Amino acid sequence: MVFLTRKSEFSASHYYHNPDFTPEENRRVFGKCSNLNGHGHNYTLEVTVKGDVDPKTGFVIDLKELKDILNREVLDALDHRHLNKEVPEFALQIPTTENIAIAIWQRLQPKLNVARLHRVRLYEMPDLFVDYYGE
Amino acid sequence: MKAYLTRRYRIAASHRLHNDEFSAERNRETYGKCNNPHGHGHNYGIEVTVSGEVNRQTGMVCNLGDLDECVNREIVERFDHENLNDTPEFAGIVPTTENLAEVVFNILKRSFTAAHLEKVRIEETANNSFEYAGGADALRTR
Repeated sequence: MVFLTRKSEFSASHYYHNPDFTPEENRRVFGKCSNLNGHGHNYTLEVTVKGDVDPKTGFVIDLKELKDILNREVLDALDHRHLNKEVPEFALQIPTTENIAIAIWQRLQPKLNVARLHRVRLYEMPDLFVDYYGE
Repeated sequence: MKAYLTRRYRIAASHRLHNDEFSAERNRETYGKCNNPHGHGHNYGIEVTVSGEVNRQTGMVCNLGDLDECVNREIVERFDHENLNDTPEFAGIVPTTENLAEVVFNILKRSFTAAHLEKVRIEETANNSFEYAGGADALRTR
C-alpha cells in the first residue's frame, strides 16, 4: 500500500451565518466570520489517495487522471467562487473548513476507482487546517 | 461526521538540556551543545489537533476562539519568552522537546474539554519535530 498526496490551491470567499441563530448569537459564535459581506482565503488542499502500486506502470494512480478529477470536481467548482452563494452544498450548510473538507471528500470519493481516497486535508491558512477521513 | 482540526501556535523560549544525576562528562556526551551552561533558544511551532463530530448548527468541531483562548492562556502565556528550565512544569524534568510535547498535551488535556485532544506536534526547528498523543508512559527525567 502506497499513499500519494496531491497539493492544489484555490481562493474563495465565504461567511458564517446560521439563520436559526439570532444576530447576537451569530456574532458571538462566528465572530468576524459572520460579516454578511463575506471575506476570503487562499485555501491549500492536500488530497491523499492510497492503493497498491500497479506493477506495469509503477503508479498508485495516474497523476494526470487525479489532476483531471480534482480540477473538474473540486477546483472548477470552488476556485474564485463565493462558497455560500455559488456552491450548492453551502446553500444550507455553513462553509466552515470542516464542512468544505467533507464536501470535497464527497465530490471526489465516487469518482475515484483505481486508488481509494484516504484523506482530505484543507488549510484555510498556514496556521489552521482540517483533516477528514470519511468517518 | 468526524473531522480533525489542527491549529498552529508559536512560542519562543530558551532551555538547557542537563540531567543533575549525570556527571558533567555524561551530560556533555548525551546533550552535546544543548548542554552549554547558559542555555539557548528556539522558535517553537506548536500544532494542536482536536477531533470530534462536526456540529450541525455551527459547522465546527469546536469554536476556534475557545481553542485559541485556552491555548494562549495555558501554553503561550505560560511558556513564551521564558526559560523552560525555570518553569515549575520542568522542575526535575529535562526540557527536551519530547518532554515539552508531553507537558503541553497534559495541560491541554486538563484544560480544553470542548473537543477531544488528539495530538500535540511541536517543531523545535524546521528539521526536528515531535508528536505526543497521550499514553500510559509517565513523564520522566532523561
